[in-house]
Amino acid sequence: MAFNSFLKRIDLARLIIAAFFVFLCITAVALRLNLAELITSSLSRIGMWSVLVLAMLPAIVSGIGPNFGVSLGIICGLLGGLTALELAYRLDEIVQFSPGILFLMAILFSLPFALLVGVGYGWLLNRVKGSEMMIATYVGFSIVSIMKLAWVFLPFTNPEMAWPIGRGVRVQVALGNRGLAQLLNNFLAIRIGEVVIPTGLLLSGALCALLVWFFMRSQTGMAMAAAGSNPRFAQAAGISVDRQRIIGTVLSTVLGAVGILIYSQSYGFLQLYEGPMFMPFVAVAAILIGGASVSKANITHVVVGTILFLGIQVVAVPVANAFTADWSSMGEISRKIIQNGVILYALTQAGGE
Amino acid sequence: MGAAPILRMRGISKSFHGTQVLHDVNLEIMPGEIHGIVGENGAGKSTLMNILFGMDVIHSTGGYEGSLEIAGKPVDIKSPLQAMEHGIGMVHQEFMLLPSYSVAENIKLNREVLKPNLVSRLFGSGLQSLDYERMYRDARRALGRLNVGIDEFAPIAGLPVGYMQFTEIARELDKENLRILVFDEPTAVLGESEAAHLLKAIQEIAAEGIAVLFITHRLSEIMEVCHNITVLRDGRVVATRKKNETNVLELAELMVGRSMQFNTNSKRQVQRGKPILEVKDFKVDMPGEQVRSVDLTVYQGEILGIGGLAGQGKIGIANGIMGLFPASGEVKINGEPLELNNSQAAIAAGLAFVSEDRRGVGLLLDASIELNIASGAMFGHGKFLKTWGPFSQTDRRAIRENALKYIKQLGVRCTGPTQKVRQLSGGNQQKVCIARALTMNPKILLVSEPTRGIDVGAKQVVLDLLRELNEELGMTIVVTSSELAELRSICSRIAIITDGQVAGILRPDDSDVNFGLLMAGQPIEKGA
Amino acid sequence: MQSKTTVLRESFVPRSIESIKQFLVSNMVTIMFVILSVLGYKVSGMTPFLFFMDITARISRNAFLVLALIIPVMAGMGLNFSIVLGAMAAQAVVIFVTHWGIGGLPGIVLAVALVTPLAALLGFLTGTLFNRTKGQEMIAGLILGYFAQGVYELIFLQLVGSLIPMSNPRLIMGSGVGVRTTIDLTGGLKYGLDWPGQYWGNDLLLRPTLPWTALGLSVLLALVLLAYQLRAEKRKRWSIPRMVASMVGIVVIAAWSIVQIRSNSQINWIRVPLLTWLVIGAACVGLHFFSKTKLGQDMRSVGQNRHVAAVAGIDVNRVRIKAIILSMVMAAWGHIIFLQNLGTFSTYGSHEQVGLYSAAALLIGGATVAKASIKHAVLGTILFHTLFIVAPAAGRQLFGDAQIGEYFRVFVAYGVIGITLAMHAWKHVLQSRSDAKPSGTEH
Repeated sequence: MAFNSFLKRIDLARLIIAAFFVFLCITAVALRLNLAELITSSLSRIGMWSVLVLAMLPAIVSGIGPNFGVSLGIICGLLGGLTALELAYRLDEIVQFSPGILFLMAILFSLPFALLVGVGYGWLLNRVKGSEMMIATYVGFSIVSIMKLAWVFLPFTNPEMAWPIGRGVRVQVALGNRGLAQLLNNFLAIRIGEVVIPTGLLLSGALCALLVWFFMRSQTGMAMAAAGSNPRFAQAAGISVDRQRIIGTVLSTVLGAVGILIYSQSYGFLQLYEGPMFMPFVAVAAILIGGASVSKANITHVVVGTILFLGIQVVAVPVANAFTADWSSMGEISRKIIQNGVILYALTQAGGE
Repeated sequence: MGAAPILRMRGISKSFHGTQVLHDVNLEIMPGEIHGIVGENGAGKSTLMNILFGMDVIHSTGGYEGSLEIAGKPVDIKSPLQAMEHGIGMVHQEFMLLPSYSVAENIKLNREVLKPNLVSRLFGSGLQSLDYERMYRDARRALGRLNVGIDEFAPIAGLPVGYMQFTEIARELDKENLRILVFDEPTAVLGESEAAHLLKAIQEIAAEGIAVLFITHRLSEIMEVCHNITVLRDGRVVATRKKNETNVLELAELMVGRSMQFNTNSKRQVQRGKPILEVKDFKVDMPGEQVRSVDLTVYQGEILGIGGLAGQGKIGIANGIMGLFPASGEVKINGEPLELNNSQAAIAAGLAFVSEDRRGVGLLLDASIELNIASGAMFGHGKFLKTWGPFSQTDRRAIRENALKYIKQLGVRCTGPTQKVRQLSGGNQQKVCIARALTMNPKILLVSEPTRGIDVGAKQVVLDLLRELNEELGMTIVVTSSELAELRSICSRIAIITDGQVAGILRPDDSDVNFGLLMAGQPIEKGA
Repeated sequence: MQSKTTVLRESFVPRSIESIKQFLVSNMVTIMFVILSVLGYKVSGMTPFLFFMDITARISRNAFLVLALIIPVMAGMGLNFSIVLGAMAAQAVVIFVTHWGIGGLPGIVLAVALVTPLAALLGFLTGTLFNRTKGQEMIAGLILGYFAQGVYELIFLQLVGSLIPMSNPRLIMGSGVGVRTTIDLTGGLKYGLDWPGQYWGNDLLLRPTLPWTALGLSVLLALVLLAYQLRAEKRKRWSIPRMVASMVGIVVIAAWSIVQIRSNSQINWIRVPLLTWLVIGAACVGLHFFSKTKLGQDMRSVGQNRHVAAVAGIDVNRVRIKAIILSMVMAAWGHIIFLQNLGTFSTYGSHEQVGLYSAAALLIGGATVAKASIKHAVLGTILFHTLFIVAPAAGRQLFGDAQIGEYFRVFVAYGVIGITLAMHAWKHVLQSRSDAKPSGTEH
């Protein structure tokens, strides 16, 4: 009995994944892989994704479930980034923005988009209660695919972003030219032997998490959690459930926008077109691996999930490659299986109607 | 009538998790007899029917004692399918119809007439074709027996409610071996003329030799159609009467009868304060508990009880005042009109509500005790917060202190203020609900079904608590309960709700007959 | 007398306007796409020959897959995005049949025989999963597709050649591990079912041209319709305007065919893969038959209300699993038809969009998440693939960039699914809200 309840709490699926991660780490050590490099790239990958995974939290807490449509927020972030770059280019004659200012400008410009889109998206999700996950997925897909048209037609003139010939924005917009690439990663970066700790990146992730944590303890945050976990209770307590769900959606969208900018500076490019399409699934899988369910989540789930899932992704590839060169696709394949397996598992646990 | 009963239930007893809900029930029905079963909520009617139907709830909880005989042969019904095979049919309280199917397809649902074809001979009987012609013919025949002119081709969606009810009955009649037909509150959803037609149809069905079990709250209907009547109370048969040997008054008294030892609150004479809550022409659209037009006045410092049978609307009143279901009409608190359909306004006006649905509405089951106790005041009145301009943070210490105070005061048995509410027993959960309401420091406390689903000892504690609150703090309390005995033990006045209206307001020491009559929708006769 | 006629007119006129309005509203999506297709075709500047050749091929290639989606909709499980698994099963089988070097119609027959049990097994597993995610079948199906993609890649990219022995330089990568990323079926299964061949050149009698086929089909359709109208009971017959409209449509197609046949147009060179079309026709007839069987009725019962169906004694979970098995097997067959017509396929990509494009086609034909028929599937296949053909050309004509047209058609696929899903969910929410109110009469 006691053992059963212990198993229930630990959750077999997560145990397997954690064991797999430990196994990978041990194998990596045993195979004498370059640990410093592995740790360095794990840290930066974890930092890159941290805020995008964090974006799942307000969505789940407010009751709309894991935000499969966080690609909307991602697109808002990309728009903010492009706007900042465009502005910098147009004002080149007058002022030169430092990379730090430019980065803040990108975030600032993405906020109005994210707020607006978040409200509209939240409004839609309030109308489709019970099918949020599917609708969110397809809203995300639709918006990403219509934005492919938009990237072609938007009136950006900055030559760093445009195709040399033809029209539209490039598939990947380099951030290196204006010093944005690796901006946060290099900020206060600490080098211990060959391991580089991207302090700025991790700090910014932690800062966002802290803000969300404070928010969750505020009156609105508490009301949002109540609305998400028991809408009828919330209604009886005088809380507008629909409003709280919109707030959760907006927050998730905003975090998505900020998250992609943090991600992009580390990656060095803004990835447009197909780029945002499947990013939500990674973030969803990460928070679920951390122990969240489609209706319950907290900051710990975000932290644990990000470390586990993205850690596995970084370590799996060189470990697989070390066995045989023919297994080069193993990293990607294991990601697909784990990512979608975990989401499926969470769906069955939700128990349906 | 034949000499042998078609159905005989002997010595039926049943208990759920140690609580006995049926004690030695005996029932006999002849072919062609219409047998009425009356009783309050929880008298054991539905458990009895579940046993007759072999429902899973019975067998998954250890079965029952006693014996069932159908046409003289002992039977053991293990599943609804077996019940059907024995010729037992049931017209459910809720509609079991598929809207886009025609009346005929619904009547033949999962009993479709089939004809084999080439494919079905090769690949199995699942691929046999539907024989629509014969399905329509059967449907027409079944409807004909009810004397209703329903088009068997018409889709169910869009039909009047009465037609849906007749379709359900026709489905049972269409079952060839039907010998016993159970009606569970068949007239609850019908208008008057439809109900009259239905009663006539029931008599015709019985005239064909089918035994009918008729369950209803409406005593007048019972008196109109039944040959014999069994009254259940607290799981026992208190009486079986022939129709011409009884009357509505007697049935009402038998139904309510004092089942529990209690002290009425009559000793404490009510000093009527000023009206604190006035409700006029109040309507609430709560599914299953429609309030049609209620006028009520609650006086400062009293405990007002709201009673009545399930489905009559008593539950809807408090829910409507709190803005949880669409309401219209006029509600005044201390003479000030209250904005309806706005929970926030109701809370701001000084109301606090302990819901009848404790686990669904009353609590955040996975949150701590302390948070649950504080939540009402935090969301409703902005308490327990430290604010800096637009930013706020919860005041953990204040929340803890408040919780500790109430845990001690109300005697909540728990491991500590951070324990999750889900892990508490029903009685302790109820105490948390009350603590939550008290933390809001209400002018009026609305409590619905305070003792539902909690064990006997805890019941008394909760009731005593309500009385103490009233006597010592002078708090005005409105208690809604299905347990008449409870209301009579703590209230100063009891309003009985029937058919969404106040049937009358009685004193706790009024006679059983009067309570029974009001609950059964009969006017109290002068001098009765 | 006079008053009676005015009453008649009053009641008649608004009703017909009302019914036209209702027709337009309920067929909004389809009508929009008809207009879009016609405009796209005009703008694209394609020759009729190229267009009709392409659309003929695409209908034979995709129609069966779209039909595979109908049964789960009947059973109330929405759009079955898990048909991707059926497509993967088909590809797996096609890889092996190609490996064994069996081509032509025998190869197709063998592939169908092998894929059927495999797809049925996958269908059983998927159905079991769906029974544990009731109400979320669509998202579960979508994610399951991604999950299965990982497993499929694991098997064919990593295990074949290393754990599963297979050596065939045509199929296996140079390193000896993993199946090549593109597989050429030429000389094997290519056109195995598309008998008697799709393209011009041979003047055998059994090589029907597109106009002759269209003429034949329209005559057949007209006869079937007339027979129905004469034999069916009065209340089931089509209304006069509906009948007239359908007949006009049929006559237009027939007239177009005759004009083509009598002219020298290149369109007479387009041949129809008759056997494939017969198979698709058989699937339509089979589905129609199925919907009138006991199992079909059970599926519709379960689809409308699981609780009521269960109370009536229907084994809901079993019926749902059967629906998914049938859908999965049909999808696998459909994907074999797709692959043999395509001739070359991408081992790790050809199945990916099967769910998306089939679902979009079905919805464009006028289906919803809760209602889909053969008519929707056929019409939707034609409309969606018309758009697919003309969009890149139209994009090039309008913006000088075919890519834009391509982006547009992908957006259309996602957008139409997104909008339909949202509308359905919205309706569902509104409905359950009004269901909550008992329709009891006021006393």
